[in-house]
Amino acid sequence: MSNRIEARFRRLAEERRAGLVTFVTAGDPNPAESRRILADLPRAGADVIELGMPFSDPMADGPAIQKSSLRALKAGQTLAETLAMVAEFRSGDDATPIVLMGYYNPIFSYGVDRFLEDATGAGVDGLIIVDLPPEADSELCLPARACGIDFIRLATPTTDDRRLPSVLRNASGFLYYVSITGITGTRVGESDVVAGALARIRAHTTLPIAVGFGIRSPEQASRIAETADAVVVGSALVGAVEQAPGNAAAAVSELVEELKAGVLSARRADQGGRP
Amino acid sequence: MDQSNTFRSGPDEDGHFGTYGGRFVAETLMPLILDLEEHYAAASRDETFWSEFNDLLKHYVGRPSPLTFAPRITERFGGAKIYFKRDELNHTGAHKINNCIGQILLARRMKKTRIIAETGAGQHGVATATVCARFGMPCTVYMGETDIERQQPNVFRMRLLGAEVRPVRSGTCTLKDAMNEALRDWVANVEDTFYIIGTVAGPHPYPALVRDFQAVIGNEVREQILEAEGRLPDTLVACIGGGSNAMGLFHPFLDDPDVRLIGVEAGGEGVETGRHAASLTAGRPGVLHGNRTYLLQNDDGQINDAHSISAGLDYPGIGPEHAWLHDVGRVEYVSVTDTEALAAFQLCTELEGILPALEPSHALAHVAKLAPDLPADHLLVMNLCGRGDKDVFSVAEALGVEL
Repeated sequence: MSNRIEARFRRLAEERRAGLVTFVTAGDPNPAESRRILADLPRAGADVIELGMPFSDPMADGPAIQKSSLRALKAGQTLAETLAMVAEFRSGDDATPIVLMGYYNPIFSYGVDRFLEDATGAGVDGLIIVDLPPEADSELCLPARACGIDFIRLATPTTDDRRLPSVLRNASGFLYYVSITGITGTRVGESDVVAGALARIRAHTTLPIAVGFGIRSPEQASRIAETADAVVVGSALVGAVEQAPGNAAAAVSELVEELKAGVLSARRADQGGRP
Repeated sequence: MDQSNTFRSGPDEDGHFGTYGGRFVAETLMPLILDLEEHYAAASRDETFWSEFNDLLKHYVGRPSPLTFAPRITERFGGAKIYFKRDELNHTGAHKINNCIGQILLARRMKKTRIIAETGAGQHGVATATVCARFGMPCTVYMGETDIERQQPNVFRMRLLGAEVRPVRSGTCTLKDAMNEALRDWVANVEDTFYIIGTVAGPHPYPALVRDFQAVIGNEVREQILEAEGRLPDTLVACIGGGSNAMGLFHPFLDDPDVRLIGVEAGGEGVETGRHAASLTAGRPGVLHGNRTYLLQNDDGQINDAHSISAGLDYPGIGPEHAWLHDVGRVEYVSVTDTEALAAFQLCTELEGILPALEPSHALAHVAKLAPDLPADHLLVMNLCGRGDKDVFSVAEALGVEL
């Protein structure tokens, strides 16, 4: 299997630009509209897709993603349905990486081996499981990597130099730097503080680094794109779904296009300061 | 006793009781959890920590709580000799304060300046607000909106004690959602905040440290029953939501094979109805709130709502050490319904002049089933872990009485 995540970040490096990583929740606001949102994301400008697996108790998420999870569950979303969505998407797009993001219990309940088999078959490229720290690598991280699925780690401002090596030990794909201590969608990190943190982390790893939590506007995306390898936007997109449930795919596409323009306008050091 | 022959050596260094427990938290919290573990390990080796803890239990909480023979209940059931461990006589009216004293001493050692907590019935919230007032620390308590409605007296008490009670409107607006919200607060305020978890659940080291602080219950019972009867009890019974009062009572007796241990879960409207809080009786293993344990969940691994007339038992999980003790068969777990608990509440009030909380009324409802078939020399100790003043409105409503 070709590694879509690696290929995508290699291409971004060649093009000397940051990528846009978009988060939406699978099944939000309903299965049919959610499939449309997913299908339109690459065209609108998503370089990597994070697809949320809804969970009843999203402990690390703010109100926007909590509500989005509940909307999806209310509309009948299940983990099996999420995997089916990925398979359908994959039949029309073999290049855009898909990373499933969520909490461990639905996967544990589905059965880790069965999940990895079905996720591999569906064309899932990576996993971000919020409540599986490196101390729990034997649960899912190591089995996933044995199947060729990347296990993407979160690093946060509390991840100091003492802790970084254990966070990075079995990390693959890219590193997701959470720019604030807090829940999703609430605040945004100061861009110079973020730049400092990225420099510190890059001393420990060659993995590409995506930065997220709280990035809502093209301007914020542009500032983060000056130093990050990719910019993650989530709460703003699920907020758009909430605002326009009947017309969510178009609303999400429009916002993704604006954010992408922001990312592409970034003044990057590796372009000699020229956009 | 060597390690393989004891039930008391857990958890292992990664916080596991068998396959249960562990540390399933977001990366932001990991450094804190590890830090807490380090500080607790140091504190538990430090005699001055325990002497301060014991001094506060004695002079502030009012321990030891009595072990009271219940003559008229014993006579009514016509079997086993029944004793109540009177943790409802503690300052603040429940066993919760034991743990809060221990954790706030830890928070002070760790130089934390702000306390957060979750609460269901409000007992843990009141206990936390109390120790915060005593030590002059700001306190924020998360409480589900549904629970706020049915536990107004405790909400007012917390506010009088200077705590900020933040209503939780997410999910089902009960204890599990309050815990989600407290975890979100903690993730956002890692530098200065200490999270006082109210039960033997959550990420390691919470299940172990809460148990250690609550073990004072069982240690006292051991001493008191030896003094009263000259021998160990035959059966111990306690109610279980998260399971802290039961763990505190059971743990010192786990390695006494002749002592039968029974945990009583909330059967709500009946386990067969699906509206209950009996995680061990009707749940299966999963991962929530930082630990692996038995959970009420659907086929897709989504957490189900718990239901109980008692807000303190209204939780879809259970402490991981209980999950393990269930699997290895050392403790028996049963459930009783809302209706049975209500009847026991009234019986205890009428016959013993003790108004029990709805939580231990569940334990008494099981004692009512068990005791009649046991001989008169069978010593049964039930943990009367909280008083019922907070429940009078719920009870009146359930009985159709307007106050």
